[in-house]
Amino acid sequence: MTDLKQVAGGGLLDRRAFLRSGIGLSLAGFADTSAAQALPVVAPAYDIPAWMRMPGGADLAYGLPAAQEQALQRQQHAGPPEDSGFAVWRTPLASQPGVITPSGLHFAVHHNGIPDIDPQQHRLMIHGLVERPLSFDLEQLARYPLVSQIRFIECSGNTAANAASPWARDESCQQLFGEISGSEWAGVPLKLLLREAGIKPAAKWVIAEGADGGSHSRSVPLEKLLDDAIVALYQNGERLRPSQGYPMRLLLPGWEGNVNVKWLHRLEVCDAPAYTKDESGLYSEVLANGEIERFSFFMDVKSVITHPSGQQILPEALGYYEIAGLAWSGYGRITRVEVSADGGLSWADAHLHGPVLDKALTRFSIPWQWDGRSSVLLSRATDEFGRVQPTRAHWKRRYADHSFNHYNAQQAWRVARNGRVENVYV
Amino acid sequence: MYKCVQRAILLALAIPLSRAELPVLAFGQPLNPAQLKALDITVFPDGRNLPDGRGSVRAGRSLYAGRCAMCHGASGVEGPSARLAGSDGFFGWSDPLRPLRILQYPRLMLSVGGQWPYASTIFDYVRRAMPHYAPKSLSDEEVYALTAYILHLNRLVEEDTELDRHSLPRVVLPGRAREVSAWPEKPAD
Repeated sequence: MTDLKQVAGGGLLDRRAFLRSGIGLSLAGFADTSAAQALPVVAPAYDIPAWMRMPGGADLAYGLPAAQEQALQRQQHAGPPEDSGFAVWRTPLASQPGVITPSGLHFAVHHNGIPDIDPQQHRLMIHGLVERPLSFDLEQLARYPLVSQIRFIECSGNTAANAASPWARDESCQQLFGEISGSEWAGVPLKLLLREAGIKPAAKWVIAEGADGGSHSRSVPLEKLLDDAIVALYQNGERLRPSQGYPMRLLLPGWEGNVNVKWLHRLEVCDAPAYTKDESGLYSEVLANGEIERFSFFMDVKSVITHPSGQQILPEALGYYEIAGLAWSGYGRITRVEVSADGGLSWADAHLHGPVLDKALTRFSIPWQWDGRSSVLLSRATDEFGRVQPTRAHWKRRYADHSFNHYNAQQAWRVARNGRVENVYV
Repeated sequence: MYKCVQRAILLALAIPLSRAELPVLAFGQPLNPAQLKALDITVFPDGRNLPDGRGSVRAGRSLYAGRCAMCHGASGVEGPSARLAGSDGFFGWSDPLRPLRILQYPRLMLSVGGQWPYASTIFDYVRRAMPHYAPKSLSDEEVYALTAYILHLNRLVEEDTELDRHSLPRVVLPGRAREVSAWPEKPAD
C-alpha cells in the first residue's frame, strides 16, 4: 500500500499516483470499501452471449461508428441569428478523450452554408502585389512537399455564453466549449506558393477568400502566411470534409477560426486590410472604454475540465474520479495546467499527457478523491510564454459588458452533492 | 559488380546535387489579370476597386423592401438576421440616456452603423454575399443604392443622397473613431 497524500484541498491526489508502475494502490484511507467486499456474492453466472454463437457480420468499405455510439453527434446551436443561415455546429468535447477530433465531429460555423465544389474546376489564385499572378489546381498543388501539423482550430466566439451572460447558464461542455476541435492537417506551406509568385516590397496583407456563396473573406497579415500557414488539403488522413473546406482551406495555426478560410480560392496580396464584413463587426471586440478592437487573431491560453463537466452526473456521490480535460494556446505549447477542487483556494499540478505540441490540444488529468461534498472544480493553464488563464472577473475588466469574443477565463464546474455537475462563476 | 558500379554513379551524382540550391518549385500556372475580372471584387476602405455606376437612397428603399426586409426587418433593426442599423450595444455607464437606449435596442447586437468603420465594407459585402438566398445577383447600381439606403437607415446620409465610387468612401462611420488594432502583436507581450 502506498501513501496517497492529498496535494491540494478538496481531495486532489498526486498527478502521477496512478501512473507510477509497480506500485499497488489502496484508497482505504479515503473510502471504506471493506463493507462492500464483505457482502455475500449472489451474482448470476455469465452465459455465452448470442454474438459468440454466430458468424460475424460483413465490414463496410468506409467504416462507421458503432450503431450504439451514433448518438454522439455535433449539436446545432439554435436561435437567432442562426435562423437566417448562420449555422454553428459544436463538437461533443466531453466525449473526446484524445487531442484529435474525428473529422465528422469537427466544429463548424458557416456564414453561407457549404458550397458544392467541383474539385476539378476549383483553382487557388494568388494575385495583387506579386511579380507573377499564379493559379493552381489540385494536381499542381499535390506536387509540392506536403507538411503535416497537429493543430487546434477555435472559433473566437467559443464559450461566448460565459463571457456575456450575467448568470452562469446551466449548459453542457459541448454547448459552452464545443467550438474548438483538434486535427492533423496536411497541406502545402503557403510560403512556397507566395515566393513562387514573387511578393512585391509594398505587400503587407493578404485578403483570403473562399469559394462559397458569400465569398467569405478576411484580411490576414502577410507575416503569418510566410510563417506557419498552409493550404490544407487533408484532415486526419483523408481529404478535407466539405464542412471543413473541401477541397482546400487556409490553416493559420493558433489564430481565430474565422480566418482559417474554408473553400479557399483567392489570395489577394495587398498593402492594407480590406475591413471585410467579419473583421468590421462580429469578429471584433468592444473594450470596457468603448473602443473597438480589431485584428485580434491569437486564441489565448485556455483550458477546460471535460470530465466532470456541465450536466454530467457522477455515478456515485463520492469516491475516486479522474479529473481530465484539454488545454491549448494559440501562441505555442502548454507548459502547465493546475487544477483546484475547492473553488480556487488551493491548486495542484495536473499531469500533461504527451506529446505536448505547438498550438495543439493538450490533455491533462489529476486523480481526485471526492468526499461527497459540493465542490467547485477549476483548471488554469499556462503556456510557454508565461501566459496564464485569467479569472472571469479579471477577463471581464478588459471588455464591455456585452463583448463575447476571445473569452479564455478559467472555467468552474460545481459538483453538487447528488453528483450533478453545473456551470458556475466564481 | 554491376550493382556496385550503379551505386557509385548514383553517389557521384548525389553529391553535387546536395550541394546545389534547392530546386525552384514552380507548378503554378500564369494568371492573366483579365481572367480575374469577375472574381477581383475586394473593395478597400479608400474606395479602391469600386466600380462605375451610382445608386440613390430612394432606389435603395424599394429594393430593400422587396429583397432585404424579410430577413433584416422593416427598418434594419428587427432581425432575425444581423442588425443593419442602430447601436452596437455599448452604452457607457455615464450615459444619461442609457435606459432609453437599451429600451430601443434591447438585443444588444452588433450593427453596421454602430460598429463598422468604413462604408466600403457595406458595398463589398452586399455585392459578394447578398441577398442571402441569391448572392451576387445584384447589379453594381443596385448595390450602390442599397449601400446608400443602409447608411440612411443609420442617419449617416440624407434622404436625397446618391452614391458612386467617389462619394461612397467619403461617408464617415462612427465606428472609425473607436477603432484600435490588436495587430501587430508579439507572443512575448
